[in-house]
Amino acid sequence: MSNPSVVIAGTGIHPFGRFDGTSVTDLGVAAVTDALAAAGNPSFQAAFCGTAYAGVAAGHKVLGALGLTGTPIVDIEAGCASGGAALMLAAGAIRAGQYDCALVFGIEKMPKGIIRSSFFEPWREEAGLASTPAYFALRAQRLMRESGVTKDHLAEVVVKNRRHGVHNPDAMFRKEVTAEEVLASRVVCEPLHLWMLCSPNEGAAAVVLRAATSGTPGGVTLAAAALRSHLPGSVLNEGTPLAGIADDDDIPAPTTLAARAAYEEAGLGPDDIDVVECQDTDAARELLSYEELGLVPPGDAGKWIAEGATAVGGRLPVNPSGGLLSKGEPLGASALGQVVELSTQLRGEAGPRQVDGARVALGHTVGRGANASVVLLRR
Amino acid sequence: MDGKVAPVREGLFSADHLLGARCAACERHHFPRSWRCPYCGSDAVSEAALSGQGTLWAWTAVTAAPPGYRGPVPFGFGVVELPEGVRVITRLTEPDPTKLTFGMPVHLVVDELHADDDGNSVVSYAFSPSS
Repeated sequence: MSNPSVVIAGTGIHPFGRFDGTSVTDLGVAAVTDALAAAGNPSFQAAFCGTAYAGVAAGHKVLGALGLTGTPIVDIEAGCASGGAALMLAAGAIRAGQYDCALVFGIEKMPKGIIRSSFFEPWREEAGLASTPAYFALRAQRLMRESGVTKDHLAEVVVKNRRHGVHNPDAMFRKEVTAEEVLASRVVCEPLHLWMLCSPNEGAAAVVLRAATSGTPGGVTLAAAALRSHLPGSVLNEGTPLAGIADDDDIPAPTTLAARAAYEEAGLGPDDIDVVECQDTDAARELLSYEELGLVPPGDAGKWIAEGATAVGGRLPVNPSGGLLSKGEPLGASALGQVVELSTQLRGEAGPRQVDGARVALGHTVGRGANASVVLLRR
Repeated sequence: MDGKVAPVREGLFSADHLLGARCAACERHHFPRSWRCPYCGSDAVSEAALSGQGTLWAWTAVTAAPPGYRGPVPFGFGVVELPEGVRVITRLTEPDPTKLTFGMPVHLVVDELHADDDGNSVVSYAFSPSS
């Protein structure tokens, strides 16, 4: 008997935004309750909770509030990919026959302002070497130099994602912007302007996974959930080293490693993908993701955004939810928020932001660690 | 004020050099010095002063004080490539990105981050355009 495939039995989301007076536990309860209800309130044998800032036993608090403790509850920190890591572990356990049904959720209430992370040693902070947007800016500059990406292309990413976000009731920013407005917002770290950077915020998302042994009809299948870390050597990888080696051209990025693993796991390739949700922490990160995921040939990302190929209605729509640039980024919830969006897309229930006929979807997150996750879904 | 000069961390730099190390197994240099090579894991590493001259490989300016930083803004920030085949994250003395170009020669300087509560000058390494 072959291993069972894994289906998405239900999804739930608490909108992403700022919710003063609502605890991170409450955010999680809302998403988990919705996902379980959508799945028909099944009994689950394990729960996996992704979060970076919610603290000790964060998942236990959410399920404790619902009287649903007793099963294993595993809290997982993998930076921006925490939800992807949780999904990988749950899916692997189901495929191995350990569980028939698992609950996966991600919760976050990010601190306001520039995020202080225990990742950096105190001396590195004191020396001014702990500015996260500055690292994004250096990588953006490298992409511009090596791939012919321009500032106008970066602005176009923001315009596209904010236009998509207008139609997403769970997004934080739901107003269209123009390229002129993006380029008129203040420079945070050249070449990145304020509106090219996503806002850390709050939210939760949840997914119920089940083994598909009993012939679940018409469902969305989780075809792959891969997580990878960085290989040593490249100075601008998301592991944020203090130095690297000069001959780093042949070192694959964590995103590339995760994508290759996911394509192999699912028996799919970049040409099979109909819709993408990818990490757009900053506008350049989205374009870099196109190339690292193998979706566009190296050097073509700028051309694709300029031609509208990645807008809804284009050749390969990316971030129909509005992306993190519209939704904001609650670290632990962002990867599962993508799964919620992509499941909605594959069920054909995305309304004005629907990608017509979408059958195969890719979700991608990458961040501190480094951690990169790539999730593939199919209808 | 007693006017002492204190490095932000011991063992990172001297007046003219970054203090890195070379691995005898994979022959790569790394920075800062570690007891094992971060690229191959070998413990056959020995201290090596890295060249104080390099070329600019990437740059930006930090316009808002990052967490834990008490010095002035804006300040230059970037990556310098050293002849040993090492790319190093560093402060840059030039805070105006338009005055910097890819591949321009730069050299190491020691510059003040801020004065601490005892009046000591806390210093770190930075790179400056060589004219």
